[in-house]
Amino acid sequence: MLTITNIETFYGNIQALRGVNVKVNSGEIVTLIGSNGAGKSTLLMTISGVNKASAGEIIFDNKNIQNLPAHDIVNLGISQVPEGRRIFSRLTVEDNLRLGASANQKGVHYNKEVKDVYDLFPILKDRLNQRGGTLSGGEQQMLAIGRAMMAKPKMLLLDEPSLGIAPKLVNQIFLAIKNINREKKVTIFLIEQNAKKALELADRGYVLVNGNITLEGTGQELLKNQDIQAAYLEGGGKK
Amino acid sequence: MDLAYFLQQLINGVTLGSVYGLIAIGYTMVYGIIGMINFAHGDIFMVGAFVALISFILFALTSIALPVVLLLTLLIAMVFTACYGWTVEKLAYKPLRKSFRLAPLISALGMSIVLQNYVQAAQGARIKTLQPVIQGGFTFMEETGFTVSLSYLQVFIVLVTIFLMAIFTLLITRTALGRAQRACEQDRTMTALMGINVDRTISITFIIGSSLASVAGMMFVMYYGVIDFYIGFLAGIKAFTAAVLGGIGSIPGAMLGGLLIGLIEVFWSGYISIEYKDIAAFTVLVVVLIFFPTGFLGKPDIEKV
Repeated sequence: MLTITNIETFYGNIQALRGVNVKVNSGEIVTLIGSNGAGKSTLLMTISGVNKASAGEIIFDNKNIQNLPAHDIVNLGISQVPEGRRIFSRLTVEDNLRLGASANQKGVHYNKEVKDVYDLFPILKDRLNQRGGTLSGGEQQMLAIGRAMMAKPKMLLLDEPSLGIAPKLVNQIFLAIKNINREKKVTIFLIEQNAKKALELADRGYVLVNGNITLEGTGQELLKNQDIQAAYLEGGGKK
Repeated sequence: MDLAYFLQQLINGVTLGSVYGLIAIGYTMVYGIIGMINFAHGDIFMVGAFVALISFILFALTSIALPVVLLLTLLIAMVFTACYGWTVEKLAYKPLRKSFRLAPLISALGMSIVLQNYVQAAQGARIKTLQPVIQGGFTFMEETGFTVSLSYLQVFIVLVTIFLMAIFTLLITRTALGRAQRACEQDRTMTALMGINVDRTISITFIIGSSLASVAGMMFVMYYGVIDFYIGFLAGIKAFTAAVLGGIGSIPGAMLGGLLIGLIEVFWSGYISIEYKDIAAFTVLVVVLIFFPTGFLGKPDIEKV
């Protein structure tokens, strides 16, 4: 469904991605793990067309997308839930959801899609008229995912959905991601620092180090890999 | 006598404030969406006044009824001036969008000079006059010795302003376009990730701001009957002051600020001294900014991270 070949992306003079190859098949949950500054978010922003790759190829549904503007890529069916959620804090929850529906034939299916979002995150229904900025971190994450789902994407890119969120809500959010994949048939590409949770959920995973993919395998294989256990699972007081 | 005089100033002030308010909306919308002061906006207003003047003169040669002429002039001024605003944005600001913050500002100052010289070259440097298009009016309080007059033209100006402001307020608060604009104000990258064409949203903002400024230009030429290529400078600066006074970025603020600047200017002229009316508006601005740094209706950022 999504094939990324030898992608290189620069931030000014700094090369953030050094020839990354990733493949995501239709219906899969694929995760990309890596430490801060490895280039994970850059990769997602490159897929979404916010950052432009200087070399390489991104093919989505047999279409070359690396030179398309960001809004066209969303309209092709790739939605992103970015790092730090980036909800429109001064706008109401309802406005956020309606904005999310813009890509889905300019929002004509709003009423239908919003029901699915309420099923995933019932709390949003009670918050409709509140400003986005008044929600708690976990609720904002739910809103960010709900907003992305309003576009009825074929593929969802998630950037650290567990970052800065109460542990209880993290479970709820991972459950929702699983639901989105299994029931709504949305392909998921998930970036996480919480490597254990991500690998448990994922069908396959990649490890990104300094802009290079160093390892790939099924979620279970990577969970058992000793290098990964040492670097991402046991260290850093994550236990 | 005193009350009558006061009422007369009030009427004049509200009329002038309407013109400033219409221009101020353009400043505030552009600031809101791309965070730059469009210094060429006053000159867009001037272009609008010229387009309106030219179409009035052309229609004067025909026998079309006055209300139709007014409506057609309004539409022609809005469309032509919107094209100017759109072109200025495409040529002078869009290529600089990823540049440093001062670049589009300098470009805007340049565009201001370009527009002034363009109109000067195309239309000549001498003042242009327009005979009163709408005459007559109401008079009140004749028995007090000071007749208060409210001309039909003033009624027309205020009504058209209220009507347009209501329409555009609805546009911003109730439509998908307005929602996209408010989203762009906050986070353009994220707005693009909603599948919204940000460049087009910005273009539309310039088109709306320019067409409102053109209406102000039309009102100005009808009200004062005299224009030249330089009127955009002072009117622009005053409307900018109005936008800052109301809280830059806030559309109700721009309307309120415009009204206040109009009233301050007229009352100052009426009660204190007509010579220093320009200083009055700017003095009030300085004082307000000391006590309300974000203007009267400026939004403080509430953000929870």
